[in-house]
Amino acid sequence: MSEDYRDMWKSLGLDLEAHDALLDVLGKGYQDIYLAQKNRPEGMGYFDFVMSEVHGLRIKELIDEKAAGRKVIGSFCVFVPEEIVRAANATLVGLCTGADFATEEVEKLLPRNTCSLIKSAFGFKLGKVCPYIESADMIVGENTCDGKKKSYEVLNNLIPNLYVMDLPQMKSDEGRALLKAEYLRFKEAVEKLTGVTIDAERLKTGIGIVNNKRKAIHRLSDLRKADPAPISGLDALLGNQVFFYDDPVRFTDSVNKICDELERRIEKAEGVFPAGTPRILLSGCPMAVPNWKLPWIIETSGAVIVGEESCVGERGTRNLTDEGGSTVEELMDAIVDRHFQVDCAIFTPNPERLSHIEEMFREYKADGVIHYGLQFCQPYITESMPVEKALEEKDIPTLRIDTDYSMEDVGQLKTRVEAFIELLK
Amino acid sequence: MRCAGIDIGSRSIELVVLNGNRIIELRQTDSGFDPMAQAREMIDGVEHDRIMATGYGRHLFELSFEAPTITEIKAYAVGARFLFPDVRTILDMGGQDSKAIAVNDRGRITKFEMNDRCAAGTGKFLEIMAQTLGYTVDRFGEEALNARKEIQVSSMCTVFAESEVTSLLAKGENRRDIALGLHRSVVRKAAGMLKRVTMTDAVLFGGGVALNPCMVQILREATGRDILVPDNPQILGALGAALLASE
Repeated sequence: MSEDYRDMWKSLGLDLEAHDALLDVLGKGYQDIYLAQKNRPEGMGYFDFVMSEVHGLRIKELIDEKAAGRKVIGSFCVFVPEEIVRAANATLVGLCTGADFATEEVEKLLPRNTCSLIKSAFGFKLGKVCPYIESADMIVGENTCDGKKKSYEVLNNLIPNLYVMDLPQMKSDEGRALLKAEYLRFKEAVEKLTGVTIDAERLKTGIGIVNNKRKAIHRLSDLRKADPAPISGLDALLGNQVFFYDDPVRFTDSVNKICDELERRIEKAEGVFPAGTPRILLSGCPMAVPNWKLPWIIETSGAVIVGEESCVGERGTRNLTDEGGSTVEELMDAIVDRHFQVDCAIFTPNPERLSHIEEMFREYKADGVIHYGLQFCQPYITESMPVEKALEEKDIPTLRIDTDYSMEDVGQLKTRVEAFIELLK
Repeated sequence: MRCAGIDIGSRSIELVVLNGNRIIELRQTDSGFDPMAQAREMIDGVEHDRIMATGYGRHLFELSFEAPTITEIKAYAVGARFLFPDVRTILDMGGQDSKAIAVNDRGRITKFEMNDRCAAGTGKFLEIMAQTLGYTVDRFGEEALNARKEIQVSSMCTVFAESEVTSLLAKGENRRDIALGLHRSVVRKAAGMLKRVTMTDAVLFGGGVALNPCMVQILREATGRDILVPDNPQILGALGAALLASE
């Protein structure tokens, strides 16, 4: 990234020295994990550029948008409806949660046995290295797991603009009513922040933009069903990660361009790995940038990842929002209905998730499932045992991995993953 | 054809050379602080047509010697079935890892479990506990077998268990009784892994910890299964790698 951004970072209050160190590590990691891959689609050049400018050009764009009177809203979760944000001509960005940073500082505020994702969000804030959180006019915390819910109470002391959204925990009529009430309250808060009154037309536009983004990802996912796989799991994951940061219209175009290229590859039976490479479905906790550890281990151990049953993946993008309504009431109901189907492990019971894993296993012609649980993530780790049991009863080979963002267990993980891949062959 | 297998573990390195199905060479050494130098010295002058590496040092070996690799899980399963063709359940307890492996009637791995990143329930845990109690690793199991009662040690974390043992000694407890408690706690963990992969018939016990007679006896009690221990339980990985190299 060029020097030009230093003034911008300084004005956002970043710790330049720490930030340089972060970018250095990120750049090296990207080089070793992403650029070292073979046979990448040319269209991934766009994502290489986005990643090289993830704290540069993209932040400048956000700051320019702010100067033009638009607002930026930061979020940690797919339950925060982007349609509503877009309807108010504002921008929603996912906040940084994919790497350990300033861990000592974080552990002064949060228990050690908090998951890496939550600690990371705090680390980026306390270490003053996340330009997204510093650019945001509003930060939405959502009551998903207990770890996040309680940590938002602590985060509230660190930032002036936290908005907490409550979420249901059961897929009941009462649960849906709560989600609807919360989305209406969020709509009002966004209107208040932006000064924009969200009418049906604006809402339709917002839904259209976000649906197009989802459709592009659906198209990409569909192409991954081919053998040989036309794109690596790492690259597809990156697309799903950038989904949360990039300008949505540009993102949609770029993903569609990659899909055009992948279609040509499939016609010529070209792939990133040879045909017959063991195919893995990843399932479990979300992987935010730059949490590429497990996918990297898998794809350097002789397998290819063909799908992610994850919030940064198909769980997050699965359904479209119905665009058929003509009133605000109808369109808001459509947004509620769409998000109420997300089968996050905070819901109890959550049988849809298991059906989706089985469905994805079949559709993507996977050979095995690797369940990724982030250490101390109670909802997903608790689900991992019954999920493993249910899959194995259907003769679906399953490997359960609990890990965090540190690199100390890479050797052991590699042995487990390699042994799992050996048994799929 | 002479096929070699080398198992570069955290504590020891084993080399097996096969001529057909006959073991013609068997070597063992400590891994030390430079396992590649140890490995190089070990294979020096050993005639072989092919070599395959396993164990945690396999990738480094692959780079230095351009040899194919296999995980120790697969290698152990293959080595175990060579010695005991009907065995379906394998427990390997080595220096830094413990593994439970289930294979089907054709020897194909169906499920495996491995300890987490820490040393809990591994040979390293027993080694450090032996030291804390003032025993050599070789004597540790014998001494535990001579205990008059068992003193429970609840910590599985090596660091916490060491302090727990120290405080038990300070209370005047007999070190043999503590030793028995420590063996029991490691076996509980191993039995848990075996139950998760499901046990079929006898359990083959390999790895350096299988040399400990107390572990074998308690494992038999805890699982209710016959425990098979090969004459040289540490060579299973290298043997498996040598067999796979010949394929």
